[in-house]
Amino acid sequence: MSYSANQLKNGLKVIIDGDPCSMQQVEFVKPGKGQAFTRVKMRNLLTGRVWERTFKSNESLEAADVVECDMEYLYRDGDMFNFMMPVTYEQYAVEESAVGDSAKWLKDNTMCIITLWNDRAIVVTPPNFVELEVTETDPGLKGDTAQGGSKPATLSTGAVVRVPLFIEQGELLKIDTRTGDYVSRASKG
Amino acid sequence: MNNDLWQPSATIQTLHKRGKMLAEIRRFFFRREVLEVDVPVLSQAAVSDPFIDSLVVEYRHFVEDDPISYYLQSSPEYAMKRLLAAGSGCIYQMAKVFRNGEIGHRHNPEFTMLEWYRLGLDEQQLMDEVSDLITAVTDIKNFRRISYRQAFVEYLGLDIVSASDSLLAQTMREHIEVSGDYDTDGWLNLLFSHCIEPQLKGAVFIYDYPASQAALAKVKIDAEGVAVAARFELFIDGVELANGYHELTDSEEQARRFSADLQQRKLLKLPQRPVESRLVTALAQGMPECAGVALGFDRLLMLALGKGHIKEVLPFDITRA
Repeated sequence: MSYSANQLKNGLKVIIDGDPCSMQQVEFVKPGKGQAFTRVKMRNLLTGRVWERTFKSNESLEAADVVECDMEYLYRDGDMFNFMMPVTYEQYAVEESAVGDSAKWLKDNTMCIITLWNDRAIVVTPPNFVELEVTETDPGLKGDTAQGGSKPATLSTGAVVRVPLFIEQGELLKIDTRTGDYVSRASKG
Repeated sequence: MNNDLWQPSATIQTLHKRGKMLAEIRRFFFRREVLEVDVPVLSQAAVSDPFIDSLVVEYRHFVEDDPISYYLQSSPEYAMKRLLAAGSGCIYQMAKVFRNGEIGHRHNPEFTMLEWYRLGLDEQQLMDEVSDLITAVTDIKNFRRISYRQAFVEYLGLDIVSASDSLLAQTMREHIEVSGDYDTDGWLNLLFSHCIEPQLKGAVFIYDYPASQAALAKVKIDAEGVAVAARFELFIDGVELANGYHELTDSEEQARRFSADLQQRKLLKLPQRPVESRLVTALAQGMPECAGVALGFDRLLMLALGKGHIKEVLPFDITRA
């Protein structure tokens, strides 16, 4: 299956130079006199590179067989991260390179979005917010709940985030995985 | 779920401003004694420009008759020039025009074009009137003029008269990744639309286009002895708004340009359409010397109101039409 450049739209997945890419921004460019172009901002799903390219409107692009699935993270086994489709119980072993930076937010039973290309997992997207326990940080300063000042805290997954001074070891924190920022204390159970 | 698709794509407040601007434009031309005309939207001939695709309509004398193809005008240019040749004097029109496949933030396949012709003016004098009109209906007051060649020198450090196609291609690729190959005008169009247009701040007239991009403008020799098209375009904050010519009046040259367009359509495997031979005949009868310009009314309204998408100034955009 293929698309012509004038069928491109946001979110479409195509093969560019052998790699699956996702269209992030598509603009129709047509000088009053002269031929039409499609100017696209794309993201290479394997490398994460975002760049711009312009296509002739009659150029044809191969569609990429890319789907996104919700999967549950099970456990890590060496370089492989194991996920499961909740409905079918089908398991997927995902290479460390595809998990990338997301690894530091994964704890057992976290539901993630897995991007599959030709049935191979290429991207792991954690939930926007995760709740993780503090395993190590300097002792909290009692009564210092006002703003100002922060310190590093190591979480159960190994991630290190900046937290307010009043946070204690053993507390459960809500973290925004897109920015890596502390959001708030999480209420337990 | 799509229960709101019956609603207009512009707000009622915007439509009031649209109506007001239409009225102001009509008043501007009434005061200058330019006659409003309304040529048919349907024509037996189509535009020859290889990069404009006309919409086809099937007309039948009776329901079961074989259809005759008519084309929705992509601009009222041909018919208005036939009126000029017939002695209409200065004319303007607020025309509904149609272009297949042109859809985007600044494109809707059906849009409103303000087109007018002034007897005895050349393209530089017509630029004055375009500035007057825009000043009369918007807050835009300052206009700059720069030649096409000078724009390339100023914004890209490139002299297009001496630059080879490979230098144009290389310059383009330094800015944005491009696949495929283009001819000289293709590269120039790419560079202009991707690298120069976004840098054009405020209102800027670009004039003296390459002779190869003359369309229906006269070709003349500029001060440096280079053949250029007596054509201009107006850009406001990087948006292409108007395209004007010191109009070609030579019927033989007109016939040559039509056949060159058809030839290029053939090369590019684009549909062959019936050419407006009646324009050639009209020019042979004699069309007065004049300058003409087409201005995208919807885009002017977008600029005046600070709207980012053309649908925000249309009662119903193509998805709601």
